[in-house]
Amino acid sequence: MSTTVQPTTAGAGHVPSEIVRVHVPARSWRSELRAVKIVWRRELLRFVNDRLRIVTALVQPLLFLFVLGSGLQQLSSASTHGVDLKTFIYPGILCLAVMFTAMFSAASIVWDREFGFLREMMVAPVRRSSIVVGKCLGGATVAGFQGVILLLLAWAVHVPYSVSLVLGVFAIQLLLAFSITAFGVMAAVRIKQMQSFMGLMQMIVMPLFFLSGALYPVANLPGWLAVLNRLDPLTYAVDPMRRIVFNHLDISTGARQALDPGVTWWGWRVPTLLEVAIVFVMGLVMLGIAIWEFSATE
Amino acid sequence: METSADTARLDGRRPAPSRPPAIVVQDLAKSFGEVQAVRGVSFEVAMGEVFGFLGPNGAGKSTTINMLCTLAKPSAGSATVAGHDVMRERDDVRRHIGLVFQDPTLDSYLSAKENLRLHAELYGVERSLVMPRMQQVLEMVGLWERRDSPVATFSGGMRRRLEIARGLMHSPRILFLDEPTIGLDPQTRSSIWSYIQLLKETEDITIFMTTHYMDEAEFCDRIAIMDQGEIVVLDTPEALKASVGADRVTIDTEDDEAAIRALEERFGIEATVAEGAVTFRVQSGEEFVPRLFAELGVPIRAVNVSRPTLDDVFMSYTGTTIRDAEGSQDKQTSKMFMQVVTGARR
Repeated sequence: MSTTVQPTTAGAGHVPSEIVRVHVPARSWRSELRAVKIVWRRELLRFVNDRLRIVTALVQPLLFLFVLGSGLQQLSSASTHGVDLKTFIYPGILCLAVMFTAMFSAASIVWDREFGFLREMMVAPVRRSSIVVGKCLGGATVAGFQGVILLLLAWAVHVPYSVSLVLGVFAIQLLLAFSITAFGVMAAVRIKQMQSFMGLMQMIVMPLFFLSGALYPVANLPGWLAVLNRLDPLTYAVDPMRRIVFNHLDISTGARQALDPGVTWWGWRVPTLLEVAIVFVMGLVMLGIAIWEFSATE
Repeated sequence: METSADTARLDGRRPAPSRPPAIVVQDLAKSFGEVQAVRGVSFEVAMGEVFGFLGPNGAGKSTTINMLCTLAKPSAGSATVAGHDVMRERDDVRRHIGLVFQDPTLDSYLSAKENLRLHAELYGVERSLVMPRMQQVLEMVGLWERRDSPVATFSGGMRRRLEIARGLMHSPRILFLDEPTIGLDPQTRSSIWSYIQLLKETEDITIFMTTHYMDEAEFCDRIAIMDQGEIVVLDTPEALKASVGADRVTIDTEDDEAAIRALEERFGIEATVAEGAVTFRVQSGEEFVPRLFAELGVPIRAVNVSRPTLDDVFMSYTGTTIRDAEGSQDKQTSKMFMQVVTGARR
């Protein structure tokens, strides 16, 4: 390389008459809060800028709901006590949509690493935990937005709107989204390549979904499936979701008992509040692990 | 501070010690498993200085910069940056430094403005000053008009300029530039350099940079030449060139080996082959050329006489040119690769 480089003034910006000098304050809870907020805001900005993602994350849930739901209806009408299969699987689909979006949000950490942006956040004078918390809240918000789109489809599956239904469903969606993002971030800290992360996501999301009882009632399952179902954390999000939806349906007691039997442990019905608490605690534990892992990386 | 002959030579000419130094490094080392990337380096950088790390790829420049920026933990030794220890006061170091990495670290989905705002928020810059400061740094690198464009639409040179602007957003005391002009065309490289010159004049800032372009190192106040994890020499560009002294003569001959032998026998000059040409040094090269033609006895196709450059400095301290140093590394890598391939076949 024998090109001689001479600094030229051509093309250079102008010399400012007065320098605006800023000051970086020492770390405080306020600066951490600002960091959480900006990381959260970035997730939202990226989501809004990436309209394709809004659509792609909806494809699978909508396929399950309308294609699988309508198609299997013919086989299942005898056993659903006159309840539309789409109505039955709707609560599970509300969870699935949130899961996909939340995992996509967590995937952005892998993406950020590949494209270098992660480094910009890693060298900032803020706690790593602020970055992780901002990321998880961002993922939850974006997934919550996706959940609202599906909530709007309630009329198409014969579920009546009401304030308590919307609030209840939305609250569980946000909670689930937060926990799933935390799980995704935890995994994303270790996985360095996008392809591997996407593969892992497929490997985990679908089994969790199939085992959760999103597509079938969880009573009278074969022993092995019953065990796996009770171990699947998603079960404890789908069940309360279904209870809220079914509370607003006008159906026979027989249908209710057959389709919404509730999750039991050795014959004891697990209360809704405990189910929600399980999802929340799982989320917190994974958030803790994610923060710990993130802080340990150089 | 120790004042052994060695450190005195390494420290070179130091600007007036009126202010505490910006960077103090003592026996800093870093190993990755068996590999020693940095083998105990010591130096000081004064406030307001433009300090350059010069060396081939893999010399340990980036590893050193990463340790100073708190991105890598030193295996041994210590370093203070802006008066704070890089190990124990990581956040305090981070508050006072700006970074421009070798690889891009912008969010290309966001606009230039959004990238800078994000940075200002992460660094806790006072809200009322964010916009004026943003305008100032963007105007300086000539990107104010493009502030609302997504970074994805920027060229490589524009991105690098934006990264420099971002690195300055929080008024750092020290700006670290890791190969700021790598992979850019000569014109963009020279404009990046004019921003750096501008910076030196307008902001009270210390610049620590790495480069493997010899001609760029000339712009630094002082240069440390790094090779195989060690600092071989540290001084001002002028002093370094003066230390080499003699002119460099390169000749293109019909028979290089015969020419080297003839130079040895007839003139008592030791010559080597560097970058495919016979190279040697004499005190006044231009006066030597007529004698060379008359007495060498080997046909000469071309002659080149040059005043000492940093290339010569590098060569006289490391025994190789920077390009050859990088070339031999590539050869080593490809040799290792071949071993892996043939090993796998066996």
